[in-house]
Amino acid sequence: MIMFFSSPSDVKNNGHRRFFPYCHIILIPRGVSGHESGGITTFFARRFHHVTDHSCAIIMGSGDSTLSKIPNVEELMEETGFSPAHVVRLYERFQALDKSKKGQLSRKDFESIKELATNPIRDRIIGAFFAQGQEMVDFHTFVRILAHFRPVDKNRPKKANMQEPVNSRTSKLRFAFQLYDQDNDGKISRNELLQVLRTMLEMQVTDEQLESIADRTIQEADLDGDNAISFDEFRKSLEKVNIDHKMSIRFLR
Amino acid sequence: MKLLRSPAPALLLLGLISRAWAISVRNSRSSPVTVAAADTTHSGNSTGGNTTAENGGHGAAAITTLPIVTWKWHHVELPYLITLWVLVCWLVKLVLHLYKRLTIEIPESAMLILFGFILGGMIWGADKAQTFALQPRTFFFFLLPQIILDAGYFMPNKLFFSNMGAILIFAIIGTVWNAVAVGLSLYGVYLGGAMGNLDIDILQFMLFGSLLSAVDPVAVLAVFEEVHVNEVLFILVFGESLLNDGVTVVLYNVCDAFVSLGADKINAAEIIKGIVSFLVVAFGGSLIGVVFAILLSLLTRCTKNLQIIEPGFIFVVSYLSYLTAEMLSLSSILAITFCGVCCQKYVNANMAESSVTTVKYAMKVLANGSETIIFVFLGISAIDPNIWVWNTGFILLTVLFVLVYRIIGVFVLTWMLNRYRLIPIEIIDQVIMSYGGLRGGVAYGLAVLLDQAKIKEKNLMLCTTLIVVYFTVILQGVTMKPLVTWLKVKRSSKSELCLIEKLQNRAFDHILVAIEDISGQIGHNYMREKWNKFEERFIRPLLMKTSARKSQDQLFNVFHQLNLKDAISYVAEGERCGSLDFARSDNDANLVFKKKFGADLSDIIPDINSDLSDKDPYDIPLPSRENSLPSVCLDVEEEMRRKEVGDNNAHHLLQTHLYKARKQHRHRYSRKETGVNKDENEVQEIFQRTMRSRLESFKSTKMGVSQNKKLKPSKKDQVHKVCLLLPTANAYFESSYPSEASAGSASGGTILMRLSFRGIENPAFMPDAPPQTPPWSSSAQAEYGVAPSQMAQLRIPWSPGNLHRLAPLRISTRSNDSFLLADRPTTEEEQQPPNQPCGMKK
Repeated sequence: MIMFFSSPSDVKNNGHRRFFPYCHIILIPRGVSGHESGGITTFFARRFHHVTDHSCAIIMGSGDSTLSKIPNVEELMEETGFSPAHVVRLYERFQALDKSKKGQLSRKDFESIKELATNPIRDRIIGAFFAQGQEMVDFHTFVRILAHFRPVDKNRPKKANMQEPVNSRTSKLRFAFQLYDQDNDGKISRNELLQVLRTMLEMQVTDEQLESIADRTIQEADLDGDNAISFDEFRKSLEKVNIDHKMSIRFLR
Repeated sequence: MKLLRSPAPALLLLGLISRAWAISVRNSRSSPVTVAAADTTHSGNSTGGNTTAENGGHGAAAITTLPIVTWKWHHVELPYLITLWVLVCWLVKLVLHLYKRLTIEIPESAMLILFGFILGGMIWGADKAQTFALQPRTFFFFLLPQIILDAGYFMPNKLFFSNMGAILIFAIIGTVWNAVAVGLSLYGVYLGGAMGNLDIDILQFMLFGSLLSAVDPVAVLAVFEEVHVNEVLFILVFGESLLNDGVTVVLYNVCDAFVSLGADKINAAEIIKGIVSFLVVAFGGSLIGVVFAILLSLLTRCTKNLQIIEPGFIFVVSYLSYLTAEMLSLSSILAITFCGVCCQKYVNANMAESSVTTVKYAMKVLANGSETIIFVFLGISAIDPNIWVWNTGFILLTVLFVLVYRIIGVFVLTWMLNRYRLIPIEIIDQVIMSYGGLRGGVAYGLAVLLDQAKIKEKNLMLCTTLIVVYFTVILQGVTMKPLVTWLKVKRSSKSELCLIEKLQNRAFDHILVAIEDISGQIGHNYMREKWNKFEERFIRPLLMKTSARKSQDQLFNVFHQLNLKDAISYVAEGERCGSLDFARSDNDANLVFKKKFGADLSDIIPDINSDLSDKDPYDIPLPSRENSLPSVCLDVEEEMRRKEVGDNNAHHLLQTHLYKARKQHRHRYSRKETGVNKDENEVQEIFQRTMRSRLESFKSTKMGVSQNKKLKPSKKDQVHKVCLLLPTANAYFESSYPSEASAGSASGGTILMRLSFRGIENPAFMPDAPPQTPPWSSSAQAEYGVAPSQMAQLRIPWSPGNLHRLAPLRISTRSNDSFLLADRPTTEEEQQPPNQPCGMKK
């Protein structure tokens, strides 16, 4: 199967300059179709960054129809800043993860990602996808959470009426903060910090050491002396860290 | 007699060897010596009278009578001049740093070159010829390696590898672009007739272009370190300059071979061979470096028993990698770079902390030293009318092309890179990068290497290279800082070591990996994670000591370093006040100290346990089980303090005296032992006292040893005298372990005595004692008595060497032991002090 496509110039490309602006030919082995071919073309789309949104949608073959399957997709893109290509890609991923095909992901679906198995703070991160008391994640939430990791784009015009974008420094920090703050009281207590430390430091460190590390960490950040780190204190203590760089993933650009 | 050229500037500066002028004059033409260590033939020129010297100064010449002293300049000439030159260069640097304002305004490298002009002028004034020049051989064999090694060894690895793609693109494509563009453009202009009549063909232009394409790490580092640009920019420029040196040399060699081959023999096959050779040389060199890094890491795994020359291995093996690559005609610069980059992690983990520090400083001394020499000699080399051939068109156009093509190259390459980078390189950074294309010693060295026979216009090329070097290092170097300020380039924020940042960075890494996994991307973080896993599973077990592997957690290391810093400032503070008294009043310090203590203890505890568990679990009391201990210890004394004001002065006096008296024993010479004298470590010393005082006062209150009270005046007196005697006693006892222990107990006894009465004097102490019975005071003493603690004393060095800084625990346990040891006599017969000196005195 040969796919030939071009990217019409009237398509707005979100900050992507096209390397080869005119046409692309991608060979896809015969017999690959449907979902798989989507995966392959996504792969190509990933490899060749110049493939623009529109042309990407064309590769998908059913790109437009994929988009149209998602309700309120315009809003979602507006809110998260993802391009149609991103959304399509994430949607495919979402469907691949969604074993039960209910259009929602459960914790189990996340836990079955095998690369994730070795991640020490896996549970925390999975937990971040689930709002308080919810058992399932729908596609919109999924995308919104991932949008935290979109790099900040300077070219994007700031609209006055829009609320703070989901990938701003503050919301990135908020995301990180909530990984610690399990009871949602707006503070990282010593215990909460200890739990995270314990998972991240593995077993090389004794409990005493852990405790003194936790104490010291709190001491560094704690400004009001309540022996806990509030979000403001958290933000202040990380003032020097370039969050935009540290909490961004290139591929979601 | 003509005057000897050689030491002229040195003489002018130092006023040394003035008589050498008169005597050693003869080999006037002959002193390529100095830094140009290569040429040994000069000795042949010497007149007969000097043969004595050449034969090693012993014997050969017939003598009529026994000379009492003889003047043997030629005997020492070469090393003498080399040393003198090194001294002169360093003195120049010293002089520069006397004027702080000067070095702030003008980068040091530029100042060194300017000073080099002056020195060169002096030499020329004295000799009417330039006798000293930087010889390529010296440069490439003795000056460059340590600089490159230093750069590689201290390379911020994570930063380097995460920007590896960009660095490689700049280093390889950028360099080739520069070389080709400059070479071809010059040739084009030459054909156009702008340079008059020169005997240069296209290949020679390419050769010239390739040697000029070397962005010099020495010059770049010297400038960029001073302006503190942001870390990404720094690593890009620095990494590029480092790798591109290797690339340049390779390119140069290929071009040189082409020149030798002659234009008519070059066909497509040769060009392909050239490209292949380029790749083989570059990657082969890197591979050699990696291989040697592995060897080095393996070597340091087993140097535990030979810590004294452990640091030496680093230098020897990495230099060997340089030479090996040179021998195999692979890129030696890349070899030593990668040797440094790859070995640092394992070597630092394997070696003792003191060795790591030694390597660090030794490497800095070497690198900085030779950097200074290089710049001074770059200046000196200019003052030589023989090399100066002026061709306005050629020189000016070269400077222009070098500058312009650098800018074009950087902008085009970043434009391409930025399409793929998460963090795009900003325009301002690009400007600085293109402006930071400083040329330096490597370009000059390569220019000197040109073969006069093949390249008729060598001198023109040489002096053009010098002009380019001066232009870039001095002009661009000087304007760099204002430019950086003016463009508001992001500077590096001087971040303090901060636990929460490190913790959060770690968390970010995990988060990013997880998000990549969830969103099904294969990105940087995913790859890095995979590499980390691989490294942890396969490489670390191979290259890292088992003990070192355990303590490899970076976060914990940060914590450890913070603790060390605290400990040092704590001790410094304590010394400033004369004692640790401040700790009693200062709650903050107390808190910090408590933390430090707790952590350090728990750090060592596994070791103790593993070491002594077969002997006796209760043998070593583990104070860390109660975090309250140290703070209690210090807080308690706060109470005492109020009551003790009168005595405090005496205590201060005592403590200072005791301490200083002991200090004098550090003068013992040993080739095998370095300064880490465990018994006299300052932290230990002070801590020992605190612990002893605490334990003793606790003990005495518990036992109700109030009968000591009546002895008070006399004892106080005694203590004074004892401490004066103590040095002598120590001197006798210090030679071996057991006796060292007894000396320790002797001094312990002294302190103990002093402190015991102090404890008694303050009954207020009693209610403050911890209500729970500490395990060491009752159980250890009652059940196990003295014997196990002696055992423990003999087993002092159980803690790993790299933890020697964590002295307090060792001391605290030992002080316990000596306390117990000393305890028996005191409790049985309070009148008789347990230590010898007192007895002797009586």
